[in-house]
Amino acid sequence: MTEIDIEQLVTFVDKMPAFRSSVQRLLQLASDINADSREIVHVIESDPLMTVKVLKVINSPFYGLVNKISSVQRAVVHLGINSIKNMALSVAAIGMLPAQNQAGLDNRAFLLHSLTTAALCKLLAERLEVPAVQGGDYFVAGLLHDFGKIVFAEFVPATYKTVLQIASEQNLALNLVESDVMGINHSQTGKLLAEHWGLADDLIVAIDHHHNEHLNSLLSDSLFAANQIGKQLKFGFAGNPVVRQFPPGVKRRFGVDLDELIAELGDLARIKNEALAFID
Amino acid sequence: MRFKFWGVRGSIPTPGPKTVKYGGNTTCIEIKTSANDLLILDAGTGIHALAQTLLHKNPVVAHILITHTHWDHIQGLPFFLPLFGPNNQVHVYGGLDPVTQQGIERALNVQLQYSYFPISETQLKARIHYHTLKPGQTIQIGGANVTPTVLSHPVLNFGYRVEDSDGSSLFFTGDYEMPINPYQPDDQDYASNQQFIEEKHQEVLAAMHAVDALIVDSSYTDVEYEKKIGWGHGTYGTALALARQAKAKKLFFTHHEPTRSDDELETIFQTVLSDLDAPDFAVHLAKEGDEYGLG
Repeated sequence: MTEIDIEQLVTFVDKMPAFRSSVQRLLQLASDINADSREIVHVIESDPLMTVKVLKVINSPFYGLVNKISSVQRAVVHLGINSIKNMALSVAAIGMLPAQNQAGLDNRAFLLHSLTTAALCKLLAERLEVPAVQGGDYFVAGLLHDFGKIVFAEFVPATYKTVLQIASEQNLALNLVESDVMGINHSQTGKLLAEHWGLADDLIVAIDHHHNEHLNSLLSDSLFAANQIGKQLKFGFAGNPVVRQFPPGVKRRFGVDLDELIAELGDLARIKNEALAFID
Repeated sequence: MRFKFWGVRGSIPTPGPKTVKYGGNTTCIEIKTSANDLLILDAGTGIHALAQTLLHKNPVVAHILITHTHWDHIQGLPFFLPLFGPNNQVHVYGGLDPVTQQGIERALNVQLQYSYFPISETQLKARIHYHTLKPGQTIQIGGANVTPTVLSHPVLNFGYRVEDSDGSSLFFTGDYEMPINPYQPDDQDYASNQQFIEEKHQEVLAAMHAVDALIVDSSYTDVEYEKKIGWGHGTYGTALALARQAKAKKLFFTHHEPTRSDDELETIFQTVLSDLDAPDFAVHLAKEGDEYGLG
């Protein structure tokens, strides 16, 4: 067992670089004075690190927001597109994630899992008739739910490589192996960071509990379901080989089980294709 | 309170024969409260002439509220002569830059480097106090209450509401382009974005509500704006709409476009007025040297 130092981990994450492809795209868009602001928002939203940094800054106590802002789109309305674009670029300038990290976590597959979970989570919100204005929160929750894994891959690459191998070879739930080996799992790390960065409370809770007990909240249920749907359909891969069936609460929420929900949602290939189109 | 325009141009100082009447200095507005406190909105080049009127005073206590740190709003700051008087106190207020995460002290810190200015920050004799303000949080300056509101612009920009103890009030936008929804009505993101824009607009209107004087960035005509979307500035039309919706008593167009001559300004102003359905507020073109009493 290799217990890790949480304080060091948090310090480390604050300096984490962003994803390469989104940084490049953002740099292109930044140099084009006629760039479509929708695309800029889209690029930032598609990058968990940029998104979280932008949201961290805008939700910091200095901006005195009564209600936390949980989507990049809203941040743009609040501060203007250029401030947000520049903020994201300054995040990007810190550095970039290596294409292949030493832990063996495939960044591209990870990004695909994050993006598709985000889109699925937003889709489920629509199915549950969540007001459209909250849709962004669902997207961000999906995008960031596994964020803790990137931290492990960068912070303790050798240990995390072992964790990923054990989960893969023994077909074990990744979060359980993480807890066994390191004393902390990626949802706990995600929570820690989400708190540290001042994200909205419901996002913190959803990220914290995406592998845990049923919370009976629309956001948590949607995130749980979206994560399992994405894994079942093999939309990307974030290191966890185990697909979980819906616990009773989630099943009650959607009125069906995992496979039935997938069938009811129809052709989900477009979600994967949209994410792929963005990544490639 | 009383207030006086010392600079009404946007972007760059524009001295010359065509700008004699309305003036060529960039943004600076002096406010004197009923308790005789000196507040200054932005430190464009107009602040230099303002500073000349303070030379005989000792000590000077000045409160400079910076809307944002674009050059035309801070260019005069190192030339604010009271900074060099040992008995003076200069308070500089502004927001936290979201990109650099630094407060308003950065403005002078960046300007007062030897490459750009011959005097360094440590050589300033006055006592300088920096105040990083939070949006929506009212602070008291002498007899006035001042509340900043974030307004959309390419950098963090505060609009300031100033309320004097005599009951008079003023709102200055700094630079402001009202957010527009980049999504089309049939886009799935349109409605949620529109709702948030509307919420933000209501917040802005509340901040301006029923002020005696509303001073608004109105750089462009509607036709010009078509080619300037996203540049961070408003139009005569958006300024009028704001005044109407906020129930302001007087509206001042400012941040005059630098290529605009005095004659062109007046022609546009007459056109705007003639298109107007009897507004229940007075409309003025901000003019360097003009002073107004409120309350």
